[in-house]
Amino acid sequence: MNLVRLIAIAVGLVFIWQVIVLLTGVPPFILPGPLSVAKAALTHRGPLFDHAMTTLFEIIAGLILGTLLGASSALFMITFVPLKRWLLPVLVISQAIPVFAIAPLLVLWLGYGMGSKIAMAVLIIFFPVTAAFYDGLRSTEPGWLELARVMNAKPLAVIRHIRIPAALPAFASGLRVATAVAPIGAVVGEWVGSSKGLGFYMLHANARMQIDIMFAALAVLAIVALSLYLSVDRAMIKLVYWQKEEKETEI
Amino acid sequence: MPKLSSPSTSFGNLATPAIQPSAPGVFLEDVSFAYSDEVIFHSLNFTVKSGQWTCLIGPSGCGKSTLLRLISGSLRKGLSGEIRFSNGNRYDGLCAWMAQKDLLLPWLTVLDNVCLGARLRGEISAAKHEKATALLEDAGLGAYSDALPSELSGGMRQRVALLRTLMEERSVILMDEPFSALDALTRIKLQDLAAGMVKGTTVLMVTHDPLEALRLGHNIYVMTGRPAQMSKAIIPPGPPPRKPSDPAIVSLQGELIDRLEGLDRT
Repeated sequence: MNLVRLIAIAVGLVFIWQVIVLLTGVPPFILPGPLSVAKAALTHRGPLFDHAMTTLFEIIAGLILGTLLGASSALFMITFVPLKRWLLPVLVISQAIPVFAIAPLLVLWLGYGMGSKIAMAVLIIFFPVTAAFYDGLRSTEPGWLELARVMNAKPLAVIRHIRIPAALPAFASGLRVATAVAPIGAVVGEWVGSSKGLGFYMLHANARMQIDIMFAALAVLAIVALSLYLSVDRAMIKLVYWQKEEKETEI
Repeated sequence: MPKLSSPSTSFGNLATPAIQPSAPGVFLEDVSFAYSDEVIFHSLNFTVKSGQWTCLIGPSGCGKSTLLRLISGSLRKGLSGEIRFSNGNRYDGLCAWMAQKDLLLPWLTVLDNVCLGARLRGEISAAKHEKATALLEDAGLGAYSDALPSELSGGMRQRVALLRTLMEERSVILMDEPFSALDALTRIKLQDLAAGMVKGTTVLMVTHDPLEALRLGHNIYVMTGRPAQMSKAIIPPGPPPRKPSDPAIVSLQGELIDRLEGLDRT
């Protein structure tokens, strides 16, 4: 049912796009129609695929690293309470600086390769994961903690067996947000300086007025991002089976 | 796993009560406690008799749950006076806790929930699993040991919570309105099950339900006022669990309700 609706929306948008192109007679180097974009995608499928793989790898590596970093800093803050007072302001300040502003710096420091793009994705993912997981870790049902106290539970066992599983639904929603924004990090990184990836390919095509190729790359990027998001969403529903139903995302 | 809306009629064989030969009594001596400015207890002296079921009944907010928390050791700040157990120990490892909410962990199976205490202390073993399985059989939940709590009805969940409490093998069980969220019939069945299974353990139960207190309590105390005071013990005739239709229980219930109502008016 959802899939049917998704396809219907996609077809509808493409149809409107084609109608606009036909009615306004806009030149193809400003807005190519969907048909010429599809044609461009087919002819350039080789490079499109290669660049998409590069970007996908950057996004996934960023996601894994960013999630690990975010989850462990949330755990640190809940385990060592004094640390929180020092770490939390740093986190907030780091979010006040737009990632886009430091992208050139990252490229300067980490080079034109994948490193700087992965770093961008990590920076952009880190905060939503930390914030959501930390929030979940902090709001454990007090009754569970009291029960554990009367049971003479070991402090680490409480974190492992109660606090962490109880926070996983919140962590899952943080991870969903992170998955949705991770492609931004990777693509911005590619725009600033790179020789690979969909972001680079789009700039390259744009500079040569190959707007149809640019649109094709954009479409591939959207497909990559969407399928990644859907896979993470499904995996979270399956793994964190105790989260409340209303937390599942409906598309 | 089918979702049962009502528990089965029989709870199986109750011949395995956790017998504690020398369950300690609890002595509160000159206990005072205040939440910021509000004095809940002032020089309270109170004894929970060893190996017996004691019920506390009284208006909401009079400090019944606070008393349980003081005994369990989860509230220590602001406490003065002495809480002693007759075997000389203090707090740690003596009490088990059962609350109104079942507090089952939704990500653990029924069996793992029953074994929670052992898991949290790092003492989980095959023997513990065996014991929990036997308890589940006794309570008529044998078929549900691998189910998740979300698959159980409210009465079954509370039965699992009771078994988790018994698994602790503590000599003092503290209960805070454990059956109050259940419908009347399920509640009576669960009271029977609990009375059979905790025999010989010292139990202190807070309740709002006069019938529940009269069915289960060896001793019943009405707690009132601020700072809180205890009434004299009401000792219903006969061993618990008593029948709700027992004339003595019926008339005592009327008396107890009148008394609580009188408190409500003042």
